[in-house]
Amino acid sequence: MSKVLEVTDLSITFDTPRGNLRAVNDATITLDQGESIGVVGESGSGKTVLSRAIMGLLPGTATRSGSIKYMGKEISDLPEKELRELWGTGMAMIFQDPMTTLNPVRRIGAQLTESLTVRLKLSKKEAHEQAIELLRRVRIADPEGMMRKFPYQLSGGMRQRIMIAIAVSCKPELLFADEPTTALDVTVQAQVLELLSELRKEFNMAMILVTHDLGVVAGHTDKIAVMYAGDVVEMAPTRELFKNMKMPYTEALLKSIPRLETPTGTRLPVIEGRLPDPTKNEPGCPFANRCPYVADKCRAEKPPLKDTGTGHLYRCWFPIGGEK
Amino acid sequence: MAGSGKAHMRPDGDRILEINDLTVEFNLGRGKVVKAVSGISLDLIRGETLAIVGESGCGKSTLGKAILQLPKPTSGSVNFLSKELTTMNKHDLREMRPAMQMIFQDPISSLDPRLPVSEVLAEPLRVWNRGNEVEINEKIDELLRAANLDPAVVRDRRSYEFSGGQCQRISIARALALDPTMIICDEPVSALDVSVQAQILNLLQDMKDRYGLTLIFISHDLAVVKAVSTRVMVMYLGKVCEVAPPDDVYLRTRHHYTKALVGSVPIPDPDRKISAGLMQGEPPSTIDPPSGCRFRTRCPAATEQCASEEPQLREVAVGHFVACHHPLEA
Repeated sequence: MSKVLEVTDLSITFDTPRGNLRAVNDATITLDQGESIGVVGESGSGKTVLSRAIMGLLPGTATRSGSIKYMGKEISDLPEKELRELWGTGMAMIFQDPMTTLNPVRRIGAQLTESLTVRLKLSKKEAHEQAIELLRRVRIADPEGMMRKFPYQLSGGMRQRIMIAIAVSCKPELLFADEPTTALDVTVQAQVLELLSELRKEFNMAMILVTHDLGVVAGHTDKIAVMYAGDVVEMAPTRELFKNMKMPYTEALLKSIPRLETPTGTRLPVIEGRLPDPTKNEPGCPFANRCPYVADKCRAEKPPLKDTGTGHLYRCWFPIGGEK
Repeated sequence: MAGSGKAHMRPDGDRILEINDLTVEFNLGRGKVVKAVSGISLDLIRGETLAIVGESGCGKSTLGKAILQLPKPTSGSVNFLSKELTTMNKHDLREMRPAMQMIFQDPISSLDPRLPVSEVLAEPLRVWNRGNEVEINEKIDELLRAANLDPAVVRDRRSYEFSGGQCQRISIARALALDPTMIICDEPVSALDVSVQAQILNLLQDMKDRYGLTLIFISHDLAVVKAVSTRVMVMYLGKVCEVAPPDDVYLRTRHHYTKALVGSVPIPDPDRKISAGLMQGEPPSTIDPPSGCRFRTRCPAATEQCASEEPQLREVAVGHFVACHHPLEA
C-alpha cells in the first residue's frame, strides 16, 4: 500500500511573550491509503497544532522542523500557492464548530459548488448536479431545497453534514476531522461518526480524527496516537491499544470517561493536576507529576519512545504490564 | 413520550419543587408558535438530583429556565418551597432568587471578564448584605477552597486567565455563595474535556453532600448523568418520555427513544460499535409537532394509535414511569 502521509520528527514551537512554547515535539506518524488514525489528548496537548501543521495552516509565529511528506512529496516547505493546489483535492479539513465555519450570508448551494467549479473545473450545471449528489450522500432528505438554504436555517448536525459534504467534494486522499462531533449531541454524534466511516471506505480516504474522547475513536479508527504535552506518548493499532495499554496516561484518560455501567454516586477517577507549562523545558517525563506510578527515574530523565516491534510504541520507563 | 401525565409525582415526599402542566411557548409572529415545553409536570424531593436528558431542542434548557421564571412560563404552575412563583410579583420573586441558582454551560462567557474572581464572588454577597467586608472576604476564601481552588492564587485573577474547568469551578463557587436550596445545572460539563468533566462532576457531588443541595442536572449525555443523578427524566420535543431511577433507565429501558439515547453513547471499546442506526434523521419542528406521541415519526414501533392518542405516563415498575403505547419489554 502506498503511504499517503509520512511525518518525521515534526516539532512546532511558538514564539510568545513568555518565551518559546513547545507545542509538538518530534512527532512521527505515517498513514497508508484509506487508513484512519485517531489523535487523542486533552486541551493543550498539541493535537490540533499537529494536524494544522500537516495541512500548512500554522500562524506566522510558529517555527517548524522535521519533514512532512504527502504522497511521497515533501510539502513542509511548499509556498502557499502550491499548497493551495493540495487543499481540497489532496487534503481537506472538517473543523470543530459547524456554526462558525460556514459563511453566514451565502446559500449552502453556493458554498458547496465553489470548490467543484474552482478545483475540479466543472461547469455550473455539472457542479450543481454533483452537489445534489453529495447532499444525498451525506443523507440530507431534501437536497434541492437544501441548496437554497442559509446556514442559520440549519441545526448543528445538519451544518456538520454540509461541512463533510464540502470537505469530501473533491475526493481528497486525506481528510482531517478536528473534533468534528464535540459540539454535537450524542445521537447526532453517532450519526456523523458513522457517516464519516462510510465515506472514508467508499472514497478510500485516509483520515486523521482529532478528539479528546477515547470513546469516539474506539470504533472508528485503525490506529490511535495519544498525545500529552506535545509528545506522542503512545501509538498502537486501535484494538491493541485498548487491550494492551502501556502508558499510565492513556489508562487515566480511559478511566475518566463516564460510562453507563458506572454505579450511581461513585466518584469518577480523575487525572489530578494539570499539564506542565509548555514554555519551560523541565527534565523528566512531562506526566510524572500526575502519574500514579511515578518513580525517581521519571522525574530525572525523559523516557524515549520505545517500539515493541509490533507497531505499538510508548514513552514510559515503567509501562503497565511491564516491558515485553 | 412523548406524552403527558402525572403518575410520576410524589405528593408524600418532602418536596421542595412541584411543577404542574408547565407550558412554554414562543410566539414567532404570523401565527407561528414554538411549543418548547408542553404540559410537563415534575417534582423534586429535598436532597435528590434530577437529571433532565434529551437532544438539542427538546426543551430541557427552556424547562430549567422556566422554573426560575426566566422568562415566566406561558401556563402552568411552579411551586418552590411552598410558594407559587408564576403569580408572584417582581419584588417577592427577587426575594426567592438566592435560594435557586443556576450554573451555565459555557463557563468562560458566564463570568465577567473585567472582574477579578474575588469580585465575581463578592457581588452576590454584597447585593444581599451577607455581612461586612471582612466576613465577605472570609466567605470568598471558603467558597474557593470548597471548589478546590487556592484563594491566594486565584483571587485577583480574571476569568480569561483560567481554563474552562477552572472557570466552571468559579461558577460553582458563585452559585453556592448565597447558600441556595436548589441549583439548576444546565449542561455544566458539555464544554469540557473528558478528563476535566470527571473533576467537575465529582466536585458537584461533593458540594451537594457538603451543603445539602438539591440539583437539577440538564444534559444530553446519559453517561454523564448516570454518575450523578438519583432520578432521570428523558424529554423529547417538549414532552416527557420516561422517568426512572438511573439504573432502570440503562438496564431496563422501556421507551424507544431512551433506547436510542443509550445506544448513542460512545463506548471506549473497539469491539462495541455505537449504533447510530437506532436513530436517524432530525427531530421534527416544534412549531408543528406530530400529533399523538411526538416521537412517533422516528419510532420503530409506531402504530396508528400513536398518531391519534397521546400516551400518558404510567408506572411499569416501582418508581419507573413510561409514556408509550408500546413500551419495550423489560
